[in-house]
Amino acid sequence: MTASGLTAGALAATAGQLALVVGGAPLLVGLMRQVRARLEGRAGAGVGQPWRDLRKLLGKEAIRPDGSSWVFTMAPLLLLASTLVITAVAPFLSTVSPVEGVADLFAVVSLLMLGTVALALAGLDTGTAFGGMGASRAVTVAALAEPTILLAVFALSARVGSSNLADIVESTLTTPAQVLSPASLLAAVAFAVVIIAEAGRLPVDNPATHLELTMIHEAMVLEYAGRDLAMIELASAMRLTVLLGLGANLFMPWGIATTVAPLPLLGAAVVFAVKLGVLGAGLAVFEVFVAKWRLFRVPELLAGSFLFGLLAVSASFFLA
Amino acid sequence: MSVLRKIIRTGRVAESAPQAPPASADAEGADRSGPEPVAPLSGSVQLRHVDAGSCNGCELEIASAFGPVYDAERYGLRLVASPRHADALLVTGPVTRNMADPLRKTYEATPAPRRVVAVGDCALNCGVFAGGHGVEGAVADVIPVDVEVPGCPPTPDVLIAALRGLTGR
Amino acid sequence: MSLIGAGLGVIAWGAIAGVTLGALAPSRARALVAGVLTSVVGAGGVLAGLAALGGQGWSLTVTDLLPLGAMTLAVDALSGAFLLLVGAVAVAVGVYSVGYTGPGGRHGAEPDATSGDTTALAGPSSEPGAAGHAEGAASRTAQSALPLFVAAMLLVPAAASVSTLLVLWELMALTSLVLVLAEHRLRASVRDAGLWYAGMTHAGLVAIMLGLVVFAAGAGGESFTALRAGSGDLSPGTRSLVFVLIFIGFGSKAGMVPLHVWLPRAHSEAPSHVSALMSAAMVSLGLYGLIRVGFDLLGGGPHWWGLLVLTVGGLSALYGVLQASVAVDLKRLLAYSTTENVGLMLIGVGAAGMFAADGNRILAGVLMAAAVLHAVNHAAFKTLLFLGAGSVLRATGLRDLDLLGGLARRMPVTTALFAVGALGAAALPPGNGFVSEWVLLQGLIHSVTATGSPSVVAALSIPLAVGVVALTAGLGMVTFVKAFGVGFLARPRSTVAAAASESPLTMRAGMFLAAAACAGLALAPATAGAPLTRLLRVLPSVRDGAPLADSGIALRLAGIAGSMSPLLIALGLLVAGASVAALARRVAQGRPRRVAQAWGSGGARLDPRMEYTATSFAEPLTRVFDDVLRPEHDIDVTPYVESRYLIESVRFRQRVPDRLEARLYPPLLAAATRWGQWSRRLANGSVHRYLAYGFVGLLSVLIVVGISG
Ligand code: SF4
Repeated sequence: MTASGLTAGALAATAGQLALVVGGAPLLVGLMRQVRARLEGRAGAGVGQPWRDLRKLLGKEAIRPDGSSWVFTMAPLLLLASTLVITAVAPFLSTVSPVEGVADLFAVVSLLMLGTVALALAGLDTGTAFGGMGASRAVTVAALAEPTILLAVFALSARVGSSNLADIVESTLTTPAQVLSPASLLAAVAFAVVIIAEAGRLPVDNPATHLELTMIHEAMVLEYAGRDLAMIELASAMRLTVLLGLGANLFMPWGIATTVAPLPLLGAAVVFAVKLGVLGAGLAVFEVFVAKWRLFRVPELLAGSFLFGLLAVSASFFLA
Repeated sequence: MSVLRKIIRTGRVAESAPQAPPASADAEGADRSGPEPVAPLSGSVQLRHVDAGSCNGCELEIASAFGPVYDAERYGLRLVASPRHADALLVTGPVTRNMADPLRKTYEATPAPRRVVAVGDCALNCGVFAGGHGVEGAVADVIPVDVEVPGCPPTPDVLIAALRGLTGR
Repeated sequence: MSLIGAGLGVIAWGAIAGVTLGALAPSRARALVAGVLTSVVGAGGVLAGLAALGGQGWSLTVTDLLPLGAMTLAVDALSGAFLLLVGAVAVAVGVYSVGYTGPGGRHGAEPDATSGDTTALAGPSSEPGAAGHAEGAASRTAQSALPLFVAAMLLVPAAASVSTLLVLWELMALTSLVLVLAEHRLRASVRDAGLWYAGMTHAGLVAIMLGLVVFAAGAGGESFTALRAGSGDLSPGTRSLVFVLIFIGFGSKAGMVPLHVWLPRAHSEAPSHVSALMSAAMVSLGLYGLIRVGFDLLGGGPHWWGLLVLTVGGLSALYGVLQASVAVDLKRLLAYSTTENVGLMLIGVGAAGMFAADGNRILAGVLMAAAVLHAVNHAAFKTLLFLGAGSVLRATGLRDLDLLGGLARRMPVTTALFAVGALGAAALPPGNGFVSEWVLLQGLIHSVTATGSPSVVAALSIPLAVGVVALTAGLGMVTFVKAFGVGFLARPRSTVAAAASESPLTMRAGMFLAAAACAGLALAPATAGAPLTRLLRVLPSVRDGAPLADSGIALRLAGIAGSMSPLLIALGLLVAGASVAALARRVAQGRPRRVAQAWGSGGARLDPRMEYTATSFAEPLTRVFDDVLRPEHDIDVTPYVESRYLIESVRFRQRVPDRLEARLYPPLLAAATRWGQWSRRLANGSVHRYLAYGFVGLLSVLIVVGISG
């Protein structure tokens, strides 16, 4: 294949995964709600419900609370933009990427944090007690989750010798046994906890709660309406998708295309969708069995996962 | 594990959905022009519930409408925490003096297009509380009402039928 | 004449002109004169620094200028980096100080808002700053000390002999002390801060002096060339003694734990532009001293030196950021954040020392580059943040975050610029702090693969260091979300904050310069590659290779397969944001956002008193780290006189004292006091005794001379 053909193919791969994540993220959320509904004995609103919600929100009026500033209106944009950038650089469909080397795993984690910060600032900017409360809790959880996630990154990239996402994925593809190494398993556990904390799922945060005092994520977005809310909902769904997708492809990359030929890409898209579906459904099933924890037990959970991360790193040093 | 056993033993409890009300039909007893299904709201209506002074009988029925048996969520309905996220207000009870202003504020806080659903006889005409010393009036006296759901309390199927008129599902 | 010489000439003449004109100028012109001359001195530093980083070298010896010997100056790339850093900070600060020390503003007054309730803060109708101000930062002494302070800081990295360094170091300490004390008539707390600062800086000076004197005695000469040549002759024990002493000395200036105690005091009580100079520029000279003596003159050392620095760095980073995350005073928060960032730099230096001792020069080079790069980044964003805090202080007279808020609409420029700084300090992309933390983390995580089989010490310490850096980054994020979100957003929490107005043009211009530096460092860090390579060549143990491979816009590191392109990330964010915004605009079809009252659950009016404050914002963290922070709570419950069951008011107050300070310093201070008390007996006022002392003294001098002669 010629260089230009390669670039065109890689661009197609990036565009493909952007389209897949943007289009599929609400469906994933819909699927998770559907699984939950079925387990609760309900019929459920259908997998497409989040998309119907989004379409409706786009037609509605947007509202800005009195006394808020540009931060309030910019935050959804920044949240969505940072998630889009992550989606573009993460190896979901192919390890070949036109934006190779733009952002490594550290940058991806930091971009996730950037989104959290944008939303937290917006929560504070509303000037309501709930907004401030949500912001305070969200950044506390994020601050405690960040060390864990970076340690997991460390454990993963130490064995590969690079923190570039594509390198990690490729190395797992060439030596699959790595996945079963203690370092990798421990890192997977740590990463799973972080996904739950960062995506605001049970037992850290209840995405379906109506009680303001128990909210984390919802409390920050109480003031948003219309298209602003749509952006936030879409971005939240995408963040969940991206986190699950990273988890899937860092620890079980099989099925990902190593070229940019159309057929493997198509196959990779199908496999990726299936992986996410399974992971999402699994998470939804898990959520049925747990209740939300007290806010002040969440740090214990995160400290535990931090320990797992530390063990993972030490394992990668000593058992390398 | 006991939860798992329970889930398997219980299976699906949601009753099968009744026939969707014809799109143009009014909810029973509505004396206005009825809930024109608003195009932008089709398929998804988020509700913010406001208890303006109800006896909580209506609340019980709303809760069971969203419970597993009636499962209102399958029609694209959802209860939300903030009026900013809502498309319709679900108002119950006669409007008491202390709740009149909050009700108006909630209505103000809801983004357009917005609908108001008055649930229960009290919301329609103050019901058994008519003439009470703390009662300001019916919901329609405070904010414009679009859909009326009579009954004391209205049964979940009546409530759901009225709400399905909003989502068009 | 070389560019460096020219630059240093500008510094020297600028300082002299500053002192004389600052003292002579009429009070109306004083702010302008001092500000401009400070900027000129700073520009001299920038010029010399750029030339030195470009590869020029320069040295000068003036005999008979100092009482103890010749004044020796030499500039290499390492000096150049710090000349540039200090100079650039001074340029921005100089411009800013014209407005800040000019007439108007509330910043001279007692910020005693913490005790009063918000409504009582109607603000004195007569401008309190105007009167108090002339004797504060705008006084003759303070204004003429400012350029001198900058010049002293700039000459420190150029010093090339022990005596020159010590004299300049002390000049820097004294001029900064004068500036810290500038507002001592206005607030009693300034005097306390000055006392702590004076004590700590002189204790540090003693440590440095001891270390360097031991070094010079062993090496047989006091010029840096002699020290470099003679460092090999020192016994390992002496070398380690020298290193530990200078580490303590320079570390106290850098504000490392547990010698940081002066920092939160002096930085919050000094006038804000002085805080910026001290926190951004002077503190990094501590790092300079450590690198210069430890890695250049001593030429690196055993493994445990690095481990010591790494450990202290880790502790400083954690402790600093933890205190910053719960701080309520904006300038105190920034001061603790300085300790945090110094900690990160020390982690880099320490790890570099460890790997250099193992002979892994490439990795050592990357880590050292990370430390220096972080010093530069920190200088840029900390200048900006302190200047921003100064603008807030000038507009409201407040440093207490719990009473601020609502400034985004009242001081839009200051708010936007502060946001740039906060982004950098929170180490989030696309800010500049993120870049150097990224390099640091890359250096740390690749220690495994790069060293082959790592030593047990490294295998234990490096993961912990990564954990510390990560936790620091997380808590730093909380800190700056709090500082920006509570301080600038939402609605004002006090009447003075509600009455704030934007700062004068010069202040905005000064902040803008710092913000531009932040942006440049954030977007094009790869340009630092060549200068950093030259800098590392000065240090024998980490001399190999270029740390940052300059490959266009992506940032690649030597020997490490990790890359990142801050420019493209920023561009990606911009493009994604712009397209989403365009899409949203199309969807909106011209319908504007409705402005509605914030949703207060339908209740009565939303009072600003219901907003989250900095204290409440940090409450979850305070609980999580309860064991370390040990906050003190006061709850006053006042019942009505009629019945003690009816509560009239409840007042809750939380204070998070510096536990390290409370644990370590009182015994030390008590011992010092006892010693002072005891030595008072020597001077009991009897003339006979004093005569006897003189006689004994003379006699012992004669004996010493007699023996040695
Ligand atoms: S309608 Fe009946 S059930 Fe509903 S609030 Fe009124 S009295 Fe209670």
